[in-house]
Amino acid sequence: MDLRLDAISVVTDGRSLVSGLSLDVSDGQVVGLVGPNGSGKSTALRCVYRALRPSSGTVWVGEQELTRLPLRRSAQTVAAMTQDGGVDFDFTVGEVVALGRAPHLRGNQALSGRERELCERAMDRLDIGHLAHRGVLTLSGGERQRVLLARALVQEPEILVLDEPTNHLDVRHQVELLSLLRESGLTVLVVLHDLNLAAAACDRIGVLSGGRLVASGAPAAVLTPELVGDVFGVRASVVQHPLTGGPQLLYSLDSTR
Amino acid sequence: MPPPSTSPPSARSGAAAADVVGLPPAAPAPTAGGRFATRGALLAGCAALTALLLGSVVVAIGLGPAVITPQETARHLWAALSGGRIGAGEVTTYQIIWQIRTPRVLLAALVGAGLSAVGVAIQAMVRNALADPFVLGVSSGASVGAVGVTVTGGLAALGIYAVSAGAFLGALAASLLVYAAASSRGALSPLRLVLTGVAMSLGFQAVMSLIIYFAPDSEATSLVLYWTMGSFGAATWGALPVVAVVVTAGVVTLWRYGRVLDVLSLGDETAASLGVGPDRHRKVLLVLVSLVTGVMVAVSGAIAFVGLVMPHVVRMAVGASHARVLAVAPLAGAVFMVWVDLAARTLVAPRELPLGVITALVGVPVFVALMRRRGYTFGGR
Repeated sequence: MDLRLDAISVVTDGRSLVSGLSLDVSDGQVVGLVGPNGSGKSTALRCVYRALRPSSGTVWVGEQELTRLPLRRSAQTVAAMTQDGGVDFDFTVGEVVALGRAPHLRGNQALSGRERELCERAMDRLDIGHLAHRGVLTLSGGERQRVLLARALVQEPEILVLDEPTNHLDVRHQVELLSLLRESGLTVLVVLHDLNLAAAACDRIGVLSGGRLVASGAPAAVLTPELVGDVFGVRASVVQHPLTGGPQLLYSLDSTR
Repeated sequence: MPPPSTSPPSARSGAAAADVVGLPPAAPAPTAGGRFATRGALLAGCAALTALLLGSVVVAIGLGPAVITPQETARHLWAALSGGRIGAGEVTTYQIIWQIRTPRVLLAALVGAGLSAVGVAIQAMVRNALADPFVLGVSSGASVGAVGVTVTGGLAALGIYAVSAGAFLGALAASLLVYAAASSRGALSPLRLVLTGVAMSLGFQAVMSLIIYFAPDSEATSLVLYWTMGSFGAATWGALPVVAVVVTAGVVTLWRYGRVLDVLSLGDETAASLGVGPDRHRKVLLVLVSLVTGVMVAVSGAIAFVGLVMPHVVRMAVGASHARVLAVAPLAGAVFMVWVDLAARTLVAPRELPLGVITALVGVPVFVALMRRRGYTFGGR
């Protein structure tokens, strides 16, 4: 299912966080959103998982306007892995993952056998099966990230949005998470800090700066030394990945070289 | 809505659905409930607590200035319920049991159950294990409403429900006030909420004391004590039906909100992404919680810490899932309150201790232990 952001603007307290953002994510594509801190990446994502209503503009999922769908209905289509605030209650990992089924269940309705199996598989896929009975408060940051992704997957969405999913993850789990996204067949919009991971994992990349989309396209076309210098204020050289041929950035700490 | 192009149309049913998210298809089939808490254990626990509650009620009815054995108590209760006969010499005993102690003990059980359930709901709503109706000022607000109605004779059109209605309005106003004062730009910081609640709670108590002291010919001191510390001394059969209906309906409704509370306790962003509108549900819950709290405060005064301690103890036993917590906490709270009330009226007999004295002696250490708990942070701050 396609995800289309059409001229999204978000204004809070007279401050413009996102202005006129238009971005298409075609069915099954992985699109990365990069940009410096405070450039509006998370704000744009929040409009897609409906934590925020855009001040103007429309988010389209398939042929439908997102804000016209009941919240529950859109949660059956769009799942999110967010930068989560603290949870004060010690749910087990299994319980948190199972809550991904909430949009599909009525009231306290119990999980069906199929849904339990779905949860088991998601946990095994994300390498947290052995943690199923552990309390989430006892997990490390990286383990918690994987729990949140497992929860988003058991939601059985067609569109998945992720806000810095590789935070706290070790290298192996970063690579595994991004290859999982690529293999999932889902329509993915993901905010990433690591430009090299974004280059490796995304079909297309959108670059945000000051709430505006300043570039979008294939990683090789977007991630140029000029753009990285303009947007991030960092000197970078672009080299080809020896195995994949994709663009990789090398940063210089000394601004004169 | 068409299925994703990468999977066959049947992908939404059967095990094939897992392929949609790229999960390995050959995972060994788990035994049902392997990683999920069993329903049987929960039912057994509830049955045991119900038996304990019935036993506690019978024992508590028998104890007091005139001690009556549980067998005698049970016989008299059975006679009252079934319309059976008792001897002419037993009328006094019957009166003590049926007219004085039974309504009081039943009221204690109901209020204990209600306070526990409301505590669970409030904690989930504000995502803080330190919240309860008393800490957040909801109980004190209800006291102000009840006292205001009593002293001014307002809401007289509602007859015997006037005090309950006043308490409900007071509770609702208090929770809205605390909520509005604690939230900044739509975000609700747990730390601000608890601090605001504690401050408001003291403020409401001051207002209530002021009203009582300036009211004509009132027994000010004992009234203030009643409304701030709680007592079941005024229990009558007449007060029971409203409390019974509201508390029972409230507990059942909250239980039905179990999964919604689970989702809400994960945070507003997550709740929205899981299809639960945080603001809409919080409004409904706020009204529900205010209603139950108001009705309870109207008949018992504001009793502290029960709504804080019971949810925590129950969570330690059954885990955090709210459907489970809300099945067990009301029963546990009812048992606890029956014994607290028994202690209040027998420990220093013939005088009575305010309930709040006993619940605070239990609750304060638990509150401190909670604060010091490993990994506890004020919502990450």
